[in-house]
This record gives sequence, C-alpha cells and structure tokens, in this order.
Amino acid sequence: MAKKLIALNINGQKHDLSVEERELLIHTLRENLGLKGAHIGCDTTHCGACTVDLDGKSVKSCTMFTVQAEGASITTIEGLAGPDGTLHALQDSFRDAHGLQCGFCTPGMLMRADRLLKENPNPTDEEIRWGISGNLCRCTGYQNIVKAIHQAADTINALEAAE
Amino acid sequence: MNDQTPVKTDDRTEKLEGIGCKRKRVEDVRFTQGKGNYVDDINLPGMLFGDFARSPYGHARIKNINKDPALAVEGVLAVLTAEDIIPLNLHYMPTLAGDVQAVLAHEKVLFQNQEVAFIVATDRYAAADGVEALEVEYEELVPVVDALKAMDADAPVLREDIVDKTEGAHGPRKHHNHIFTWEAGDAETTKAAFDSADVVVKEYLAHPRVHPCPLETCGSVADMNKITGQLTLWGTFQAPHIVRTVASLITTIPEHKIRVISPDIGGGFGNKVGVYPGYVMSIVASIVTGKPVKWVEDRMENLSTTAFARDYHITAELAATKDGKILAMRSHVIADHGAFDACADPTKYPAGMYHICTGAYDIPTAYVEVEGVYTNKAPGGVSYRCSFRVTEAVYTIERMVEILAQKLDMDPVELRKKNLIQPEQFPYKSAMGWEYDSGDYPTALAKAMEAVDYDGLRKQQAEQLEEFKVGKTREIMGIGSCFFTEIVGAGPSKSCDILGIAMFDSCEIRVHPTGAAIARLGTISQGQGHATTFAQILATETGIPADMITIEEGDTDTAPYGLGTYGSRSTPVAGAAAARAGRKIRHKAQLIASHLLEVHHNDLEWDVDGFQVKGNPDQRKSMKELAWAAYNNVPPGMEMGLEAVDYYDPPNFTFPYGAYFCVAKINVDTGETKIERFYALDDCGTRINPMIIEGQIHGGLTEAFAVAMGQIIEYDDNGNVMGASLMDFFLPTAVETPVWETDYTEVPSPHHPIGAKGVGESPHVGGVPAFSNAINDAFAKLGGVHTHMPHTAARVWAHAQDLGLGKS
Repeated sequence: MAKKLIALNINGQKHDLSVEERELLIHTLRENLGLKGAHIGCDTTHCGACTVDLDGKSVKSCTMFTVQAEGASITTIEGLAGPDGTLHALQDSFRDAHGLQCGFCTPGMLMRADRLLKENPNPTDEEIRWGISGNLCRCTGYQNIVKAIHQAADTINALEAAE
Repeated sequence: MNDQTPVKTDDRTEKLEGIGCKRKRVEDVRFTQGKGNYVDDINLPGMLFGDFARSPYGHARIKNINKDPALAVEGVLAVLTAEDIIPLNLHYMPTLAGDVQAVLAHEKVLFQNQEVAFIVATDRYAAADGVEALEVEYEELVPVVDALKAMDADAPVLREDIVDKTEGAHGPRKHHNHIFTWEAGDAETTKAAFDSADVVVKEYLAHPRVHPCPLETCGSVADMNKITGQLTLWGTFQAPHIVRTVASLITTIPEHKIRVISPDIGGGFGNKVGVYPGYVMSIVASIVTGKPVKWVEDRMENLSTTAFARDYHITAELAATKDGKILAMRSHVIADHGAFDACADPTKYPAGMYHICTGAYDIPTAYVEVEGVYTNKAPGGVSYRCSFRVTEAVYTIERMVEILAQKLDMDPVELRKKNLIQPEQFPYKSAMGWEYDSGDYPTALAKAMEAVDYDGLRKQQAEQLEEFKVGKTREIMGIGSCFFTEIVGAGPSKSCDILGIAMFDSCEIRVHPTGAAIARLGTISQGQGHATTFAQILATETGIPADMITIEEGDTDTAPYGLGTYGSRSTPVAGAAAARAGRKIRHKAQLIASHLLEVHHNDLEWDVDGFQVKGNPDQRKSMKELAWAAYNNVPPGMEMGLEAVDYYDPPNFTFPYGAYFCVAKINVDTGETKIERFYALDDCGTRINPMIIEGQIHGGLTEAFAVAMGQIIEYDDNGNVMGASLMDFFLPTAVETPVWETDYTEVPSPHHPIGAKGVGESPHVGGVPAFSNAINDAFAKLGGVHTHMPHTAARVWAHAQDLGLGKS
C-alpha cells in the first residue's frame, strides 16, 4: 500500500510520519506513536472515546484519516497535564467528583471537557450535558461528570481571576 | 476471630481510610492521565492481528470456502477454517451451560455474523482486507427467528450436530430445537390457589433481547511460547481463572502452563463473562504462527455476536383476594437462547435465579417453568448488570403487581405495602425455597414515599389527567414504583458451581516488614473500584492504612483462584474473603503482641490499628510494629512472616433491596417521554465507600433507563440482525439521561463478615421496572394494561393511538 509523508505536531512535538492513505488518525496515535490514551469504542463516530483536540476543535480521531491532519496541531490526553507533570484541573476534578469508573471513556471525555471549557468557561448544567453529548459513558450516568466539569470550571476561573 | 471490627470515628480511624469513608479512587490517577492498560493497548514484538470472516446469513449451509484470494492479500499469513481445527478437536468448545458452541462454523452457519474463518495478518488493515477477499459460497436455509415458534412441529432443525441427542444438560429434550425445561416451586398447590382465588390476572410480558455494550469491546492477545510451552493470554475476562481452566480443558495445555491476565477492563456488565470464539482463535493462531496474536472485535461484532441478554418471553399470573392479598404466583417463560446455549449461569440453574420472581412479597405458593429454545440468533444469555436472570424476575413481579392493582382498582403502592415481607419474618423462606437473609422493607418503602411525597404526586397526576381529558394539555403523567429484592453473591457451594467449580472467592494478603501490604483476590474490577474498596475493608480489619495496601487482581499466576466479578458477587464473596484474611492477619499479630508485651493474648484488645493491654492503653503495639516483629521476633514455635489466605464459601446469597420512584410525562402526540424525577433508595447493607456506591447507582440507573426506554436487538424474518451499531442501539448521552436522586437504609447482612450485600446491580434491576411502570401507569387510567419495552417514542405513540388517544 502506498505511503505518504506527513508532518504533525502532537502535544507540542513535531512528528514526521509515513502513513498509508487509509490509515485512521486513532491508529497512527495509538499504534505508530504509542499514545494509547485515546480509545476505540465504536465504528460509527458515536462514542467519542477517541476524542483528541485538533487545531482548537474536538475531533473524533477514529473518523479522520491521518493524511487529513497534515500540518495540524494535536493535543491528546497525554498532553493535557502541564509540561512539569502538574495535572490539569479536570484531571483532579474527575477524581474528586468520582467522574469515572472503568476509565475507558475518560481520556476522550477529558479532552472534550477541556475544549468545552475553553469555548464556554461558565457552562450551565444543560450546556455541559449538550457539550459532552458526543461522548458516551456506560458507567457513571454522567451526573458526576457534570459535577466534575463544574468543579474544574470554578478552579480554572478562580486561578484566572487571581492572575 | 470472626467478630466484626467496630468502626470508630477518631483521627487514627480516619487515617486508615477504612470501611465507611469516601476514599478517592486509586485507579483514577492512571485513568485520568491516559495510562490505563486495556487489552488493545497490549503490543508485543512481532504481534499479528486476527479478524473473522462472518456469515452474512442467519441460517445457511456452507458449500465451499476459497481461501486463495485471502491468502493472496499482502500481509495475510494464515486463513483458518473449521476444517483446519477439526484435527485439533477445537471446532467446537464447551459452553458454561453444558452445550457446545462452534468456534468456526462447520458445514452450517446458525446466526448472522457467526464466525466462519479467522484471518491472521501482520496488522488489522491487512486482516480486514483478507476478510473481504475470502470467498465463501452459501446455500440459504429457512431461519427460526420467533422463539415462540421454535418448537413447532415443522420448525427447521437448527442444531444438526446434536439432532440425535435426546438428553440435554438439564434433562430430556422434547424437540430438535428444545434445550431444556426447568421448573421451580410447587405446581399443584399453586394451581389449587389459582383455581379458588377471587381474582386472577394474567399478562404476556416480553423482555426483549438487549446487549450490555460496555464501551470497550471484547478482545484477547495470545502468546504461545513454543520453547517453554507456556501460553500467556491477556483478555477482557470477568472471570480469568475460569478462562484458564476452560483453556486448559479445550487445548489440553496443562493448566500450570497457562497464564491468563485480565488487564484493565473497559466495562463489563456481563458481556465479558463468557468464552468466545475470538479468544480461542487467538490462541490457535498463536500456536499455528508461533507469534503473539491479537483479536479485538469491533462494535458491530460486539453487539451481534458476543453475549446478548434477556430475550425472555414471559407469561405471568397472580392470584389474590378481593382486598389485595396475593395468594399465588405463576409464570411460564420461553427463553430464546440463540443458536448455542452459552448462557452464563451456575450449573444447576439454567434459568439463573429467575425464581426470585416472588419478589419482596409474602406469597404463599408459586411455580415457574422456563423452556429454553434454539433460534437463529447469536448465543449468549448473560446477566446484563444483574445477577442471573434477576432483572427478568423482578420485572415480572413488579409489572404484575401493578396489573393486579389496576384490576382491583387499588393504589399499586398500597398493594405492595399489604404484601411486603415483614421485618419479623426474616430469615424468610420464599415459596421458591430461597432464604432471604434480612431486611426492613416497610421502613424503606415509607422513607421513599415520604421523600417523593407520593400522595402529592398522585394528586398532581389526577389533576394532569383532568386537564388532558378536557383538552388543556396533550401530556399525561405516570408514576412508576418498584420495590425489589435482588439475590446476589453467588454463591454457596451447595447450590452454585460453574463447570463443577464451586463459586467461592478468595483473598491472599502478605504484610511486608515495614507494615505495608499487598493483597490479591480472585475477582477483577471492570470499573467498580476494587483497588480502592478492598483496601478499605483490609484497612479496617488489619489497621494498615488503605494507602499502604496494594490490591492486585486478574493475573492467574499470582492471584488465588476465584470465580470472578459479575452478579454483584465481588463484595459479598471476595469482600468476605478479604475481611476474613484480614482477621487471620490480626489473629497472628495478636499472638505476636502477646509475646512482645509479655501478657496473655486474651488480655489484649484491638484498638483501630494495634493491640493494647486491656485497661492499660499505654501498653500497646501498633500493627506497624507487629509487622516488623513478624520478621524477627515471633513467639517460640511460630512461623515467621505475616501472610494469610482465605477461600470463602458463602453460607447464603445476599438480598439487597430498594424502593424506587419514577415520575414521567408523556406527550401522546409524539410519544416522547420526559423523566421528571427519579428517586432510588437502596439497602446494600454495610456501606464500604458511599461515593462509589452512589456512582454505581447512577450508572446502573442509566443502564436501566437505556433498557426500558430504548434498547433492543431485533432480527428480521430472514434472520438479519437489525441495528447492531451505535447508530441504532440506544446508549443514552448526557442529554437524555435523567438526574438521579439517591437515598439509603442500612440493614447489614447477618451472615456476611462485614454485613455488606453488594450494590452494583440493584439500580438496574429495580430501575427497569420503575421506568416501565411509569409508562404503563400513565396509560392505566386511560384503558392501557401493558405495553412492552423498550418504550421508544414510536412505540409509546403507537400505544396511545391504539387506546384512541390520538388527535381526532
């Protein structure tokens, strides 16, 4: 199968890759680059377990060919914590509020929640519920996820106000 | 040494983070950083990928398989069919239900998407190309898709491999598509009670085929090392030890040469209890190629081939007096088991614990008969977030109680109250022979009714109905109630085994010299938070802080044998083993303390995290000190070290219960339902971690909502499975999911070492009937008696139309 050379910026690092044109971004991330945080949960773009941040948008990486991402800047769950390892407010709040159980949806859910809070720093319950409706969770019933996202919003907003 | 450890509330106790505290989960640290290790994350050097070519037909004869085009695909290394594995005697594997299941279809396919060939390739893309290139010729046969017609005289023969078998695993077979007939209770006294009763109600209740659909699908990685003869198998196994035993039995590899590892599991809900052809084929392919082989199913394969649930066609009856005292219960079920009987039930119970269907009520006599039949559908029959067939059972009684109340023109909650088992009746022997261990049902129901203002809700409903009748609104209101009793914690060896292995569970604990410890159990978490909660049990029992205890599960080379995690059995069985192993540690520590303090051990008392001399608390030895002493200064004649193991065979099941209320508004013109309120009161006995309990209840209620309101796996007349993808199969998003109110009472189980009963499945078991009752209740005053799940907008709208409620 013919391969194509492309460049991607992932979690702040440039990668030059040679990929098959039909290769999905999720497989490049997981199998080529060893970034296994994003998961595969369906074949139809419904579950959102594979969500990553691509050029400032939440993208389901199972429904995008890697070649379509040429030149893009991508953040995965592995890049959510600070460079010094300080956890993101969402990573803390999901644990505090018991916003995860099996952990399979969590990386995608966190990446989506991060983008949601960048789009809307003070979301209502309803805005959060709509905002994460592309990410399915089978364990939590979402209630504690909503709570965790509120808690992270408060933390982030308080930090920004202090700055 | 088996006395329950008193839980105190002081600083030292708090530091332990033992039973009763909202300890944050230790698992989350890696999960929130994308560092989980699920089966598809396993990547071994030289690993190959296997994928199935599957049947496009529900019932067909395989005329010919041409491997050549698949073998010609770049990257494809092997194409395995039934012919290739017949010499190994691996084309059929034993099921947990005493049947066999085709690993690869031989001569015939019996359900759509059945495994026909296994394509092994260098990566998943090449494997998929190979699947597409393979040529298989079929001759279509007439399928059986309606379970109620499976035993018609002229029904096609499905299982040619066992057509001459007149004796099944559970008694005689009376038809070529018949699997078993199983009964419980007393047919004659029940008949007599029905014959002389004032009032009898009878209803057909379909519990449709659904699927547990965890977010992670099933998969495995097999690595057969030809030099050492060692097989390592990673996979999505809810019961890794049973997988090891089954793998040894079917491959004849000695059991000590097989290591089964369940890594992190992305949700199970029953889907990952069974043994699937993919697991077997990854092993076979690794043996054939000499390389590690991974198999991971996609979502369509998951929904259409591994582990459906329910598919019970229930006819149920209640007999009662005019004033609402239930006299007898009777039920007949046709159970659609699909093409192979691969139900995961204890051996003696082919219909699981369906005979818990007398529920929370004092019903003098009852009888059930369940007939299992073969159809051209996927095998399975797992317990989807419930103990074995318990959702089916609770749905039966909780719908029937409502139907009886409607017939008697009584309030359904009043009817329940009148029939509840009373606190003084425990231990209560049910008409089906179960011994309910404990409970205070009236208190739970009263608390729930007060919390939701039940009388107020009924008033509101009546007002809404008046407005509907005069045309002021097109919405009607339904109040769904449910009082359920579960039966979990399988189970006592006298009644429960799987493949002849009793359903005990185990815990092994090793305390290190510095007072830290590692404990291993026979269970495996799939999101329940075992690493957090089992450490809490051990912290309370041993005085070692939970943060100093590592919990390990899922590796059969290191963990003691256990029967795994499903049917809410981890806390009732393995949790009990943990408590008892902890007490053995404490017992030895007490003898060491007696030696160090030079007093008789009976003069010592346990206090939170150490032993002190009675009446002289200054003279004490902490568990930390005792652990150190265990490695250098033990009493004469005592072995060094501080280790314990406990294999726990529970004396009885546990019986969690709860009272749920659901308030729904239905628009009769669109059929859309809004869940306005959902209140769940659960009694799971002693509460180990209230935060985790609440999380389990939220999740179970959400799965109940999915089952009641939208999930169904349907087949068309040709045996095509309809909607085996997330395009069609309903998984609720955050938008539809209601807000949950939780509450509790706490009546400890008298026979469990810490009084815990298990909780993970109660919300599903109680939730399904609560939702369904809400929908049916909304129509009850408008002529409706029963409408089947799932209560999708289309079905609810059709029901409203049937009742003449459409706009004229």
